[in-house]
Amino acid sequence: MMNPKQVPRELLTPGADGRFGEFGGRFVPETLVPACEELERAFNDAWNDSLFRTELDDLLREYAGRPSILTECHNLGAQLGIRLILKREDLNHTGSHKINSVLGQALLAKRMGKKRIIAETGAGQHGVASATAAALLGLECKVYMGAVDIERQSLNVFRMKLLGATVEAANSGSRTLKDAVNEAMRDWVASVETSYYCIGSVMGPHPYPFMVRQFQSVIGKEARKQFQELCDGSDPNIVVACVGGGSNAMGIFSGFIDADTRLVGVEPAGGAAVGRGTPGVVHGMKSYLMQDEYGQVQEAHSISAGLDYPGVGPEHSYLASVGRAEYPSVDDQEVIEGFKLMARAEGIIPALECAHAVAWITREAPKIQGQTVLMNLSGRGDKDVAQMMAILGDSLS
Amino acid sequence: MKSAQHKPGALETRLRQTRDSGRKILVPYITGGLTGWIDAIRGAAANGADAIEIGIPFSDPVMDGPIIQMASEKALRDGATPISILHELRGVDVSIPLIVMCYYNTVYRAGHTRFANSLREAGVVAAIVPDLPLEESAHWCESADSTGIETVMLAAPTAPDERLHRVVERARGFVYAVGLLGVTGERTELAATAVAMATRLKRITDMPVLVGVGVSNAAQAQQACAVADGVIQGASVVRRLLNEGADSVAQYVAEVRAAIDSPVSSNR
Repeated sequence: MMNPKQVPRELLTPGADGRFGEFGGRFVPETLVPACEELERAFNDAWNDSLFRTELDDLLREYAGRPSILTECHNLGAQLGIRLILKREDLNHTGSHKINSVLGQALLAKRMGKKRIIAETGAGQHGVASATAAALLGLECKVYMGAVDIERQSLNVFRMKLLGATVEAANSGSRTLKDAVNEAMRDWVASVETSYYCIGSVMGPHPYPFMVRQFQSVIGKEARKQFQELCDGSDPNIVVACVGGGSNAMGIFSGFIDADTRLVGVEPAGGAAVGRGTPGVVHGMKSYLMQDEYGQVQEAHSISAGLDYPGVGPEHSYLASVGRAEYPSVDDQEVIEGFKLMARAEGIIPALECAHAVAWITREAPKIQGQTVLMNLSGRGDKDVAQMMAILGDSLS
Repeated sequence: MKSAQHKPGALETRLRQTRDSGRKILVPYITGGLTGWIDAIRGAAANGADAIEIGIPFSDPVMDGPIIQMASEKALRDGATPISILHELRGVDVSIPLIVMCYYNTVYRAGHTRFANSLREAGVVAAIVPDLPLEESAHWCESADSTGIETVMLAAPTAPDERLHRVVERARGFVYAVGLLGVTGERTELAATAVAMATRLKRITDMPVLVGVGVSNAAQAQQACAVADGVIQGASVVRRLLNEGADSVAQYVAEVRAAIDSPVSSNR
C-alpha cells in the first residue's frame, strides 16, 4: 500500500475547467453549457451566502434530522476483532444520505427561479429524496428510473408517486441507472429554461461533482468531530463507504482527506468503474468507466440497484489516480452475507449498497485486527427487503 | 457580419459554392451499420443530397431521441463498430462530402490523432461531436485541424450572442444551428427557434448555416430554408431506413430536394 503521507492531502476545489486532476470537465451538448455556467455561478453565490447556508442547515436539522449519530457495533466489532463504528445516514428522513444533497439542490433550484426538478434514480433513494424535497418546497418533480429498477424497487416507486412525483421508465439500453441518467439529460436538454436537473451523485458535468460533494460534506464534518469525541481525539484508521457514483463516499471522505486515515471505497464486482474501468467520457464527465475497446459503455451488473452504474464520480477517479483512496470490489454473494451479518449481529438492516462496505470489512478483518473502522451506513435496507425475500426465501431459519 | 478567418476546407468550399450558386443545401443523416445504410447513402447522393452525415452508433446517445436511439442500438447489436463503419465507407463511390457524427467517447477512446487519421483514410472530410462543447474541444480540434478534418460546431438557442460569436469562430465546414431545445426526433411543426437561430447566425457569419434537430419533413425543410442555407434531416431519414429500407430514403431525399428548390412564397 502507498504511504498516505506521500499523496495529496487536500480537498480540491476545481477551477474553471471543472477538473479534479485530469478528471471531470463539462462534456455536454452545446444547449446545456449556458445552464451549467449559470448553475456554477448560482451555487457559488449561494454557498457563500450565510442566509442560504442557514436556511439549509435549518432544514437539515429540523426536517432531515441531522446531525446523524454514530453507533458503535460492539457485537460485530468483537466478532471481527476490530473497533467498528457506523455513521448513521440511514436514520435521516427518507432513509439515506441523499436528502443532504437534495435539500441543498432544491433550495438552489428555487433560488434560481426554477419551478420543476428532474432527477434520475437507481435504487429509488435519490428519487424519493427528490420527490420529498419537491413536495416540501412546492416544486414539480419528474423522476427517471430504469425499467429493471422499477421492477426490483417497487416500494420506492410507490413512495415517489405518493409524494406527488411522476415516475418515468427508462426503457433503453440496460434499463438501469445509466439509462435513467440518459433520459434525464434528454429531458433537461428540452426543458433547460424552466427545469433544474437534480443529479443524485458526485457525477455529471461541472459543477455537479463539486456541488454535490459540498452538500454531502456535512457527513464527513460531523463524523470527524463525533469520532474524535468518542475515541479520545483520534481519527479512525480506516473510513469505508460503498461507491456507485460515489456521493456518500465523497461526503464522508471529505472530512478525512487530511487525516492519517485510509480511505476505502467499495465497488460492486459487476460495476467496478475504478477497479476494472479505463478513463472515458459519458454523462458530462471524464472519469473511469467500464467500456469496450471502441468506447461503448458496458452494462453494470449488481444486486444493488443503487450501485448498478458503469461510471464513477470524477473526484474518485482522481483520488484513485493519486493513491489517496483505494477501491476494492466485492461480489453479490459477499454482499448477501454482509447484509445478513449486520442484521443479525447488530439489529440493523443495511441498504444493499452499504452491505458492500460490510462485506469488505468482513473480508479484510484478519488484516486489520485491532484497528478502528468508521463505516458510512448511507441508507437503510427496508427498500431491499422484498428483493432479499425472493433471494433468501426459506433459507433463513 | 464577419468573414471566416480560417482557410476553408473541402466541405466548406463545396458548401459555399453550392450556396453561392443559389442552391439550398441538403444533408441527410444516416446511422452507420444499419441494414442498407450504404445503399441509402448512394440513394441520397443520387437524389439531391449535397453531403451525407453518417452517425457512428454509441451506447449512450444523450442528444438523440427515440428513432436514432433505436437505430444506434440495432446497429450495435448487429456488430457495428467505428472501425467496421469507416471500413465500409471506403468503398462508397459518391462524389459528395461525407461527414461523421459521433459522441466524444468514441474519439477519446480511439485517441484524437488516430481517430482523425482514420476518418481521413475513410474519405471523411468533417466531424460533428455533439457532446464536445467549445470549452472541451481544443485537443480534438488541434488533431482535426492538422489532419484536415473540419469540425462542425453546434450553435444552440440557449447561447447568448457573445457565445455564438465564439462558436462560429471555431466552426469549420458549416455552422450547425440547433433548431430547438431538445433532442433529435420528428416534430409536427417546425419550432420557431429554427428560423430564429438561422437568422441570428446569418447575421454574424458568412459561413454556410444549416439547421438540424427537429426539421422533420419536406415542408419544414422548405420553411427553414427561407432563412437558412440548408437543412440536416436525421430522424425522418433514419425512420424510413429502419421501417422501409434504402429505396424509401432515396425517394424521401428527392421529395425534400424538390421542396427546398422551390421557394416558400411560390407555394402560398
